Amino acid sequence: MKRLMLFLPLVLALAVGVFLAAGIGNDPTELESARVGKPVPEFSLESLHQPGEMLDQSVFQGEVSLLNVWGEWCPACWDEHEYLMWLANDKGVRIIGLNYKDQRENAFRFLGRLGDPYQTIIFDPRGSLGFDLGVYGAPETFVIDAQGVVRYRHVGVVNERVWEEILLPVVNQARGNS
Amino acid sequence: MYPELGQLALIIGLLLAVLLATVPLAGAMTGRDSLQAFARPLSAGMFVFTGLSFAVLTHAFMVDDFSVAYVANNSNSMLPWYYKFSAVWGGHEGSLLLWILMLAGWTLAVAIFSRKLPSVMVSQVLSVMGMICVGFFLFIIITSNPFERILPNIPADGRDLNPLLQDIGLILHPPMLYMGYVGFSVAFAFAIAALINGKLDAAWARWSRPWTTVAWSFLTLGIALGSWWAYYELGWGGWWFWDPVENASLLPWLSGTALMHSLAVTEKRGVFKSWTVLLAIVTFSLSLLGAFLVRSGVLTSVHSFANDPERGTFLLALLGITVVCSLTLYAFRAPVVHVRSRYGTLSRETFLLLNNVLLVAATLLVALGTLYPLVLDYLNMGMLSIGEPFYNATFSPLAVAAGLLLGAGIFSRWKKTDGGWMGRKLLWPLAVSILVTAAVMLNYGGFAPWAFAGVFAAAWVTLATVWDLWDKSASRKGRWHGLKRQSRSYYGMVLGHLGMAMVMAGATVVSNYGIARDVRMVPGGSADVGDYTVVFNYIGERQGPNFTAQYGEFDVFLDGRQVASLHPEKRNYPVGMSVMTEADIDAGFFRDVFVAIGERISDEAWAIRLQYKPLVRWLWLGSLIMAIGGFLAIADKRYRIRVKAKAAASSGENAQPVGAKPSEAGT
Repeated sequence: MKRLMLFLPLVLALAVGVFLAAGIGNDPTELESARVGKPVPEFSLESLHQPGEMLDQSVFQGEVSLLNVWGEWCPACWDEHEYLMWLANDKGVRIIGLNYKDQRENAFRFLGRLGDPYQTIIFDPRGSLGFDLGVYGAPETFVIDAQGVVRYRHVGVVNERVWEEILLPVVNQARGNS
Repeated sequence: MYPELGQLALIIGLLLAVLLATVPLAGAMTGRDSLQAFARPLSAGMFVFTGLSFAVLTHAFMVDDFSVAYVANNSNSMLPWYYKFSAVWGGHEGSLLLWILMLAGWTLAVAIFSRKLPSVMVSQVLSVMGMICVGFFLFIIITSNPFERILPNIPADGRDLNPLLQDIGLILHPPMLYMGYVGFSVAFAFAIAALINGKLDAAWARWSRPWTTVAWSFLTLGIALGSWWAYYELGWGGWWFWDPVENASLLPWLSGTALMHSLAVTEKRGVFKSWTVLLAIVTFSLSLLGAFLVRSGVLTSVHSFANDPERGTFLLALLGITVVCSLTLYAFRAPVVHVRSRYGTLSRETFLLLNNVLLVAATLLVALGTLYPLVLDYLNMGMLSIGEPFYNATFSPLAVAAGLLLGAGIFSRWKKTDGGWMGRKLLWPLAVSILVTAAVMLNYGGFAPWAFAGVFAAAWVTLATVWDLWDKSASRKGRWHGLKRQSRSYYGMVLGHLGMAMVMAGATVVSNYGIARDVRMVPGGSADVGDYTVVFNYIGERQGPNFTAQYGEFDVFLDGRQVASLHPEKRNYPVGMSVMTEADIDAGFFRDVFVAIGERISDEAWAIRLQYKPLVRWLWLGSLIMAIGGFLAIADKRYRIRVKAKAAASSGENAQPVGAKPSEAGT
């Protein structure tokens, strides 16, 4: 009986191994979102800048946009922000922000320090829209076409290379179709 | 031409590793000394060829050989030479080569410093090291060849090293960390050899201890360097982010700490044997898990290398084989101890057991937090990431509890401790700790429950440690004589515990009383942070070797007196199209003042981040002291008089160190 107890670590290790093995295939930076090809889920959330003003999925209508999920608490978002500024200012890309599981004052501090590349920011303190979108963690960036359909999901930091090689082709395709 | 030689050297290294993994082991099994004698030369050969390969890669960086893909991806002709050197381990392939070099180095070190161990034991230990080397050689040769060429279209220039890595902290951080990770392989190899032999005795524990302690010291330094680097380089003044990869380094540190203490009990009292050997296996496995998490891309992190499923699969296989084989061996061979209490309820054994329980609980907790997203993903329960609140809420109580136990445990004795005596001993440290804590609270202005708990635990550990040293060093021939009489390993322990207390104090105070302000400033303006006033003098431009920078000047005043002039920068690296914030810090023993430049808000105004960080230096200073304690402990005399003890140990159970003079001892 005591000897059997000594097998316990082995069993535990094998169990952990299953999860690790399962993790290999799903590269989290290329997570397929169940949402790709479907419209943005319905939501009704406050605007970050105008408390009280409610935003819904119609903000995505009419023009191809990037939906960037961020939060002041997320270190990688600080890194990424320079590129978002560059995309918004130099490339004229329309970026909608999703301020995810954050507090207003922190978000303002972040924007005050790094600049605001967003056309509109959806304030999602409890992560409800994030949950519906299947957000893994910040930062994530979705390409959404003019009909409000999710075209692509990028997990991780957006930089020049990601933009040129991954996002821009999807954006161009989305623009072409509409 | 050279790069091919480097690759050839790697392949020869692999062949030598295969021989090392098999020949001495066969010799040990069959008792043939002639085969066992191969262990040392093979270890040396393996190290030489790995070193050669590393030298070739370094050469390729130094001469800007961009025909080598790895060099082209991680270097640039404009890079200063020292960063070209550190760029050797700036990416996946090169850092893996560094890892292997260290593995071979540790193997060689075991070969050199174990001349007095029984030949069978040495052969087995070196063979196990050889097996680990085989795995990593195969990994680098099959999936991650650092010498791969880009032919025929050789790029004119390289892509540049990630600017985040162009820093002194990053030159040192990975080597230290790897020394720690890889160093635990020695304790692992000793554990496996002991399991094969079925000899888990005091001698085995004594041999494992110095290796474990050294590896632990390196890992401590590595983690501290990483944290220090993150603090000044990432630009927002945090020092620990509970990032998966940080956690990956913390996991073996926690279980390694448990292992060090458990080994002490096994050596001194011959108990906890199965537990100690399990910890040795777990600690090295966690080091491998760390490598897997960083290099497989299953979790996203700022540290991650390029993701590649092939590498992930290979590493997981390596991890799996190691863990399954060693734990199976463990399950069959570990001694089943009959419950026969050889120590009292109140004894040093009990305190160290509780210490182990807490450390293992902390390990499990961090492992849970790190792997939780993977598990949820697997179960299709959606994606969630666990943030700082989880760790703060769960890790802090464990740390405080460990501190309280540690302070009390210092006064405990082996086998049995008189409760009343111990209580009286603890009375004064308790009273003084409360006073000290109250004074600290008053000084920083404000009571907070966690600040109280953390500071109290730190004061408690410090006072108990010093009190004990004072007691022990009492001598009729005077205090100085008494102090000199204490062993180096005792001083190692004292430093280790004082360092821990410093880290706890620093972490608690900076988390509870630190101030961070993001302010809008124009040149000529000023802002306050804590008691300090920061004046923004001007901002200008400056040209670096491979970047341009916006360069500000800020004067820091305290009570109208200037204490520092700071020059933070915002650097723009054109090659990689990246911008880096270089904060400038007025560092002090009791506080840091930290200034970082943010975004330009308007023509005139800039967003500036100002921080007041009390006792933040204690985090790294404490870690340094802990590491020094570790190095001091292994310089103890008894490791140098192992010589004769060994002969006794191989013949009988209870080896007593015999009175060899240090001068007689060889290594």
